[in-house]
Amino acid sequence: MSTEPALSVEGLSVEFRTRSGIVRALDNVSFAVNKGETIALVGESGSGKSVTAYAVMGILDPAGRVSAGRAMLGGLDLLAATPRQIADVRGRQIAMIFQNPRTALNPIRPVGRQIADVLVRHGNVLRKNAPAAAIEMLRAVGITDPARRAKAYPFEMSGGMCQRVMIAIALAAKPSLLIADEPTTGLDVTTQAVIMDLVSDLAKDLGMATIFITHDLALAGQRSARIVVMHAGHVVENAPTQELFAHPRHPYTAELIAATPDSAANLDELAAIPGSLPDLRRTDLPPCRYSERCPRKIDACAQPLPHGVPGAAHIVACWNPLPARIITTPTESAA
Amino acid sequence: MTTMLDVADVSKLFPVGGGPGAWARLKRRFTGGVETLPKVYAVDDVSFDIAKGETVGLVGESGCGKSTLVRALTRLVDVSSGSIKLGARELALKPSRVFARDRDRARIQMVFQDAGESVNPRFTGFDAIADPLRRLRKLRGKALKDRVETVARQCGLPLQLLTRFPHQLSGGQRARVGIARAIAVEPDLLVLDEPTAALDVSVQVVILQLLQRLKREFGMSYLFVSHDLSVVRLLCDRVLVMYLGKIVESGPATEVFEHPLHPYTQALVAAVPRLHDDAAARLRLIGEPRSPIDPDPNVCRFYGRCPRGTDTCKITMPALRSFGARQVACHFAEEFLPQSKSVS
Repeated sequence: MSTEPALSVEGLSVEFRTRSGIVRALDNVSFAVNKGETIALVGESGSGKSVTAYAVMGILDPAGRVSAGRAMLGGLDLLAATPRQIADVRGRQIAMIFQNPRTALNPIRPVGRQIADVLVRHGNVLRKNAPAAAIEMLRAVGITDPARRAKAYPFEMSGGMCQRVMIAIALAAKPSLLIADEPTTGLDVTTQAVIMDLVSDLAKDLGMATIFITHDLALAGQRSARIVVMHAGHVVENAPTQELFAHPRHPYTAELIAATPDSAANLDELAAIPGSLPDLRRTDLPPCRYSERCPRKIDACAQPLPHGVPGAAHIVACWNPLPARIITTPTESAA
Repeated sequence: MTTMLDVADVSKLFPVGGGPGAWARLKRRFTGGVETLPKVYAVDDVSFDIAKGETVGLVGESGCGKSTLVRALTRLVDVSSGSIKLGARELALKPSRVFARDRDRARIQMVFQDAGESVNPRFTGFDAIADPLRRLRKLRGKALKDRVETVARQCGLPLQLLTRFPHQLSGGQRARVGIARAIAVEPDLLVLDEPTAALDVSVQVVILQLLQRLKREFGMSYLFVSHDLSVVRLLCDRVLVMYLGKIVESGPATEVFEHPLHPYTQALVAAVPRLHDDAAARLRLIGEPRSPIDPDPNVCRFYGRCPRGTDTCKITMPALRSFGARQVACHFAEEFLPQSKSVS
């Protein structure tokens, strides 16, 4: 695996102007994904996972504004690039798979045509060769009888098949970076496993870097080498997957692991996370947005967050983290 | 243990239009011929029971008939055949429109998937919880107010939130309204259709623990429908696995998840992401399920996707067979029994 980052996000901040005030959706978010590596962005709803992806792709809602930061793809800063430069990169070098394939696909165009459109626009395929190439793409994502399926409309296909079509569209131009935003939400577990296998295999074949966005910690652990945990627009922890599960250092990560149903033998052992996300419109947000829910809060938490050594293997944004490499359960540490 | 709900040979078939031969059928209809439409076997000959105070999980992929079965049990749709007994009372014969005003309507209640979608957006929390009490318990005035507040308190819903509309509540609070509304009329059986699917893990834990506490307090029986097996494992005593309208495996939850006997259950269990586990070398289901429209009664429903399938499976439909507390509908269930039992 090369250590050169495919994408490096540095100090990304995003604000949304709303009628009830400015929502500071992302604050100083930094992470990098190396070539050929799969990382996962994990967090609860409202943590800023998708906004991060949208900002990088340049498809933020018009009310949203990148107030600071860089997103370096090769030598190009995506956040400062002209619309023309972005349009050139998007689809060709970065592609995205969206959460709900049924709404992301065009409902009134056969799926084969939708793939062909992308191949012509981004994949250096001639229009006359595109239909055949689209059928080949459908075959590559494991759709049986691709010639017949190419003529089908999205509503004629199951959720799993629509998601395969989305993957075919995303990978049409063999991008170097794939962003998958909850690609399996709404799919059955059996289909989820097959779709995730497909994404992993294709990523490996093409040597793609993958950013996998999910709220499912167990799924993230299974599919990525590194996990970036987000909470209320902050990156709270960034560590190799095994290390994160064995020795979570941020109190929020530890509580998230303890709340995952898989981690307990019975319901009483599962630990709920007290409190809820702070209102991101507040002007008096504390430097650590978790501090108001945190069982390990100390006086130092009023200072600006530590951001660790850039490029370190295990980064934790906390003044009072759990000890490293000593196995503790979150309930013990909270007591 | 006394049986709360006894479901025997329940089937629900839906006629379908379209498809091959639709034009020919239309012509027959107008020329006075006998009309036989093809049918979707949404629920096919399903039998099970739920004991008083028991939590039974119902799992299976989308399209397997979970929701239709649940809608039949809660008497929201009429069954095509079979019997549904609540205690000594037979419910299957009563048309669902009539049952809506029945004295036993209150005994089976349902919590729907996403309370944001299933609670009337123009009802406040109070109205949502009061509605079943007004209709089924005929409560009015002070008695109604007292009951709503009691239930809200039991469900951990702060009373000041009762004046709010669904869109003013968080996901967890909405889920509590959905639960409070269902238990307000003191049902014997609560059917829960993926009550935590729309929630974050941290909130999910709280709601699951609330459900567990309510069950212990009021001795209700639960039918818990979910495709999240790790949640079913935690909450349920027993589990039913459905595939294309049929129950393919049932048994105590821990046993079924630790030693699944049916190949479909094995694939289902293998597909669940685990915290300490990598995805390599696991059982995968390929292809799509068979068509549920007029399926061949002699072919196993899982044939074609089943890694264990042989020629026998397309000649004889496997029946549910008992192995101790468990039932499995597979010709080869013995092969998957734990070693200790298969020594002869």
